[in-house]
Amino acid sequence: MRILIVEDDETLADGLSVGLRLSGLTPELVTTVADAREALAHGGYSAIVLDIMLPDGTGLELLSELRSQGDNTPALLLSALDQTQDRVAGLDLGADDYLGKPFDLAEVSARLRAIVRRAEGRAESFIRWNGLAVDPARMTGHKDNCTIEFSPREFTILRALLERPGAILSKTVLEDRLYGWQDGVESNAVEVHIHKLRVKLGAGFIQTVRGAGYRLAGAGQ
Amino acid sequence: MNSVRFRLFIILVAATSLVWLSAFVWVQQSTRGKVERVLDARLAEAGQMVSSLLSDQRIDLNTIAVAATGAAKTDGILETDYSHKLSCQIWSLNGALVGSSGSAPQGKLTDRDTGFSTNVIDGEKWRVYSVVNEALGMRIMVGDSYKVRDRLVEDVTRGLALPALLVLPIMAVLILVSVQRGLAPLERLASALSQRPAEDLSPVSVAPLPREIKPMGDALNGLFSRVTVMRDREKSFTSFAAHELKTPLAAIKTQAQVAAMAPDKDTRLRALDQIQHGVGRADRMVRQLLALASLDSDDALDESKGQVAKIIQAVASDLARTAAEKQVAIGFTDHSEAVMRTHAVLLSVAVRNVVENAIHASPVGASVDISLTNESGRCHISVHDMGPGIPAEEIPRISARFYRGKGAKEGGSGLGLSIVAAALERLGGDISFQRHPEGGETVTLMIPVG
Repeated sequence: MRILIVEDDETLADGLSVGLRLSGLTPELVTTVADAREALAHGGYSAIVLDIMLPDGTGLELLSELRSQGDNTPALLLSALDQTQDRVAGLDLGADDYLGKPFDLAEVSARLRAIVRRAEGRAESFIRWNGLAVDPARMTGHKDNCTIEFSPREFTILRALLERPGAILSKTVLEDRLYGWQDGVESNAVEVHIHKLRVKLGAGFIQTVRGAGYRLAGAGQ
Repeated sequence: MNSVRFRLFIILVAATSLVWLSAFVWVQQSTRGKVERVLDARLAEAGQMVSSLLSDQRIDLNTIAVAATGAAKTDGILETDYSHKLSCQIWSLNGALVGSSGSAPQGKLTDRDTGFSTNVIDGEKWRVYSVVNEALGMRIMVGDSYKVRDRLVEDVTRGLALPALLVLPIMAVLILVSVQRGLAPLERLASALSQRPAEDLSPVSVAPLPREIKPMGDALNGLFSRVTVMRDREKSFTSFAAHELKTPLAAIKTQAQVAAMAPDKDTRLRALDQIQHGVGRADRMVRQLLALASLDSDDALDESKGQVAKIIQAVASDLARTAAEKQVAIGFTDHSEAVMRTHAVLLSVAVRNVVENAIHASPVGASVDISLTNESGRCHISVHDMGPGIPAEEIPRISARFYRGKGAKEGGSGLGLSIVAAALERLGGDISFQRHPEGGETVTLMIPVG
C-alpha cells in the first residue's frame, strides 16, 4: 500500500515514514502542498496522511481541492487542532479520518488500513486470495489452518501483489515499494523476498512472468 | 449605612428641615416686631384720644377711662383675651389717681412722664403709653399687658408651625421617592452588571444612561472591550502554542515508537538520534514561548541596563555552539564611538532571536556578521547572513506569530521575529530588512540608547 505523507515537520515525517514502513506500508514523503499536488497527479496512492498546517497552505485546502477534482483517495488528517469543531471541519471537507497530535504509530497504521479497506469496499480486515487470508494488522497470513509470519519487507511485496490480484507488477515497481529502507535495496532484493514468500506460501502462489514481472496465480491454480 | 440613597435622603431631609426652621424663626421675629409696632401705635392713639376727650370737658373721668379701654371690646371684632387687657389710668400732675378703667391694675402704670415704657406691675408686664394734658394738669396712661402681645405672636407662629409639622413627613416621602427615581438608572446599571455571567464581556447596554452615569458606563464598556481583546489574544496565543508544541511532541513520540519496534540496531539508533533532535527543538520552542509570554505580560522585567556592545558579545558567545553545529562562524565588529547602554534583557532577547534566525538561514560553512554603529541617540545592530534572504512579499507577514517562511527548512517555531517585534516595541526600536542581490540578508535593529 503506497501511502503519501504530507508533513512539514522533519522529525515527525521521518518517524511516520519509518514507522509505517515497519508496519508493512509503503510511505512516500512530501513536505509542502505543492509537492503533494505533484505527487498526487501521478496517482497510485492507497491513502494520504495529511498534516493541516503546512508551510505553503493547509492540508484542508489540498483536501477540498482533491475532492472537488473527484479524487477520492482516502485521507487521514493529522493535526494538533483536535477540538471537536476542528475534527468536524476536517471530516466535512472530505477527510476519511482524523487523528490529533500526538498520536500512536500503531493507531495511524490501523486507521490507514481501515480507511483503505473501506475505500476498497471490503467489510473485513482480512484480504483473501487463493486459500490465503492475510491479516494486514499483524502482517500474518492463514493458510490450511497454519499461521504464516512475514517480515515487513516480504509483507510489503505480498501486499503490493494483493492490491490487484492477477495484475503483473514489474520488478522496478516492487523495488520502489521496498525503497526507503535504511540498508538500501540490493539489486536482487525483490528476487530474494519473492523466493522467501514462495517457500512460505507454496511455489505456485506467485508466478513469474518472464520479462514483465510477477503476479499472483489465479484461483485454483 | 453606606448607601447613596440613604445619604441623599438624610441630606435632603436635613436641608429642607433647616430651611423650614429658619423661615419659622424669621417669621416669628418679624411678626413680633410688627405686632409691637401696631399695638404701640394703638396705645398712643388711645392715649391721645382720652386726652382730647378730657379737654372737651364733656365726660367724667371714669367714663372716659372705661370708654377708652372698652373701644376694642365694642369694636366687636375680637371677643378674645386680646381685648381685655387695654387699661387706662388718669393721674393728676401732683400724683393723685383721678380715674381708672376697671381692667387697670391697682398700682401706677408707669413712672415715666411721657412716651412708651415697659413696667412690671403686680407681677404682670405692661406696655404703657403716657401723655400729659398740660391744660388740665393731668397725666393719661394707657397700657396693655404683654400677655396679649405674646399670645398674638404665639398664635401666628403656631399657625405657621402646624402646617410645617404636617408637611415635613409628606416632604420626606416625596424626597424619598425622588431620590429613588433619580437613582433608578444607576440601579439598572448595577443590576445589569450583577446579573451577567462572569465570562460575559459584551458592552453593557442599559437604555440611555443619564449624563452623570454615562462616563461610568463608557469606562466600563471600554474596560470590557480591552479585556476582551486581551483575553482573545491570550486564547489564540495559548491555542497556537499548544498546537506548535504538539507537533514536536508527536515527532518525539513517533520516533520513540519507531525505536521500540525497530528490527535492527541502525534503525533504532537513527530513531534515538531523531528523538534528541526533536527534544532540542521542543526545548527551543518552549524557551521562545516563555520569552514571548513574559514580553507580552506587563510584569516588570528585570529593568537593569547594560552596555550594548557587551550584550551583543554575550549573545554571540552563547550562540557559538549552535553555530558550530552548522559550521557557521559568528563575527562581531563594534564601530560605535561611544559607550551605549540600554535595557539588557530586552536587547539580548531581540539580538539573540535575530542571530539565531541568521544561523538557521545560513548554508553550512558560511558566516554571520554582526556590526554595531551609533547614530543620533540610537544604536544600529546589523546582522548579515549568507542565506537565501527573505522574499519581499513575505516581509509584511514574517513578524506574525507562528508564521514560518516558505523557505524554512528546519521546523522553526515561527516565533523568533514575533519575539523580536515584541521586544522592540518595549524598547521603542525599529527593524529593517535588506536583501542583497548577491545573496544574503541584513537585518538591522535600531534601538534608542541612553
